[in-house]
Amino acid sequence: MTTATTLTPETGVRPGRAARKRRPARAVSALTRSSGLALGVSLVWFSLLVLIPLAAVVVQASTGGWDGFVKVLQNPQTSAALKLTVVQALGVTLLNVVMGTTIAWVLVRDRFRGAAILDVIIDIPFALPTIVAGLVLLSLYGPKSPIDVNVASTRAAVFLALAFVTLPFVVRTVQPVLEELDTDVEEAASSLGATRLYTFRRVILPSLVPAIVAGAGMAFARGIAEYGSLVLLSGNLPFKTEVASVRIISSIEGGNTASAAVVATILLVIALVVIVALDLLQRRVTKRW
Amino acid sequence: MVKTPFILRWFLRLLVVAYLVLLVAWPVSLVVRNTFADGFDALAHTFSDPYVVHALKLTAIVAVVSVVINTVFGVTMSLLLVRNTFRGRRILSVLLDIPMSVSPVVVGLALVLVYSPTQGWFGPTLANWGLQVVFSTPGIVMATVFVALPLVIREVVPTLQEVGDEQEWAARSLGANSFQTFTRITLPSIRWAVIYGVVLSLARSLGEYGAVKVVSGNIVGKTQTATLIVEERYQNFDQPTAYATAFLLASAAVACLVVVALLRPKHTAS
Repeated sequence: MTTATTLTPETGVRPGRAARKRRPARAVSALTRSSGLALGVSLVWFSLLVLIPLAAVVVQASTGGWDGFVKVLQNPQTSAALKLTVVQALGVTLLNVVMGTTIAWVLVRDRFRGAAILDVIIDIPFALPTIVAGLVLLSLYGPKSPIDVNVASTRAAVFLALAFVTLPFVVRTVQPVLEELDTDVEEAASSLGATRLYTFRRVILPSLVPAIVAGAGMAFARGIAEYGSLVLLSGNLPFKTEVASVRIISSIEGGNTASAAVVATILLVIALVVIVALDLLQRRVTKRW
Repeated sequence: MVKTPFILRWFLRLLVVAYLVLLVAWPVSLVVRNTFADGFDALAHTFSDPYVVHALKLTAIVAVVSVVINTVFGVTMSLLLVRNTFRGRRILSVLLDIPMSVSPVVVGLALVLVYSPTQGWFGPTLANWGLQVVFSTPGIVMATVFVALPLVIREVVPTLQEVGDEQEWAARSLGANSFQTFTRITLPSIRWAVIYGVVLSLARSLGEYGAVKVVSGNIVGKTQTATLIVEERYQNFDQPTAYATAFLLASAAVACLVVVALLRPKHTAS
């Protein structure tokens, strides 16, 4: 995810080339006048588009002070929505840890005919508009289901929608790591008498864990934030299937921006924590390599 | 490679296939079936509906404008992040990732709080200058740009790091100015990463729903985009139109996926 932050230091190249690569260090690093101007313009745009509006959410949430903040959260409907969101996102993350790793394993180690099609199917939830994702799931698991499974407007529908939109994250982070993994070590382990389970647990799994955690973090963040796929599918019933994003929308539509901003701030903080955690994780992993 | 036992291999294979078919393949194929349940009638009916045509046009315009903005911003930002050091560079690169993880609804709310013509921080001033952002096309563009912001950067930054700057320095030392260096050396070497980022941004921009819903005001025939039509028509029991519009959006998404799949091996090989 945070590819923008994996800046490999210039010194990471082979030592033999380092001498030839030497050049006036100041010219590489310092901003010239034109790049300084470009940075300035980019930062103004980024601030107007992202930073100032997000700050406005936090400011709006804090206008009522700490008491106002707590009061919004004590609203039973709001707290039910937040609890449902977190619980469902955690559940879906767990499902993705297990299924995502399994799918990545099958795609890398068991290249059977038709595996290429599965590879494309994995990306569909990424590309499909979320409202279409909801409609898609509704056509198999809704009131007109050809297999008579109707989960529309139940909590199972929330889980199903989140499972759909978060499918690619763990698969796509684990897959490349599994491809790079040296099979020699596994063979050494098994030739030394390790059972398959033991080899998996002690040899393969440890090298996959950072990737699994990164994918799980992204899946969790997405699950917390999801809105579009739930609109048609979950019915948005208060206390039952209403998630945090839907709660924000109904607060906005009801003219209660302050309460919308409080819930939005909580979602924002969760997203920030996940981003920073993933950034730190990636830094630790790249350092170890 | 250590062979996985036969039974376990088949069990995992079946589990994965069943999971993906039940979760993705079967439901997606049903939308195609529902669209063509009466042959091409639903599609023809959809294209004769002026509101739908307007929404599709608006979606296309917004997506193209957003992709252009994000490409220019993304390439500039990537060059600055990789080729320069300045204070706060690391914080900036973390901040640039925020838009991907923020709920679309929060994005919409944030933009309304700042740019709403009645109560926003800057909205009334901009409205005095004759520029209405929220409940109008500029707002839809801003929401779309916001949610797709990091996609180009994420593709271009690793490629820029990989190609290094030796050739750029060679060009500069031979007398090329910075514009020539960029168009002749840098741009060709990151070309595939940029194209890849553009396709991903396009897919994301065509399909944005939550943020646009809050910002646009969902005014039928004016600020209603294709994704908003899908919701409105489905809930108003005009399901053929909902399915047909969803089918068009899904086809565009799948087309983007196919382009990416075709580009990927070329891109990594070069």
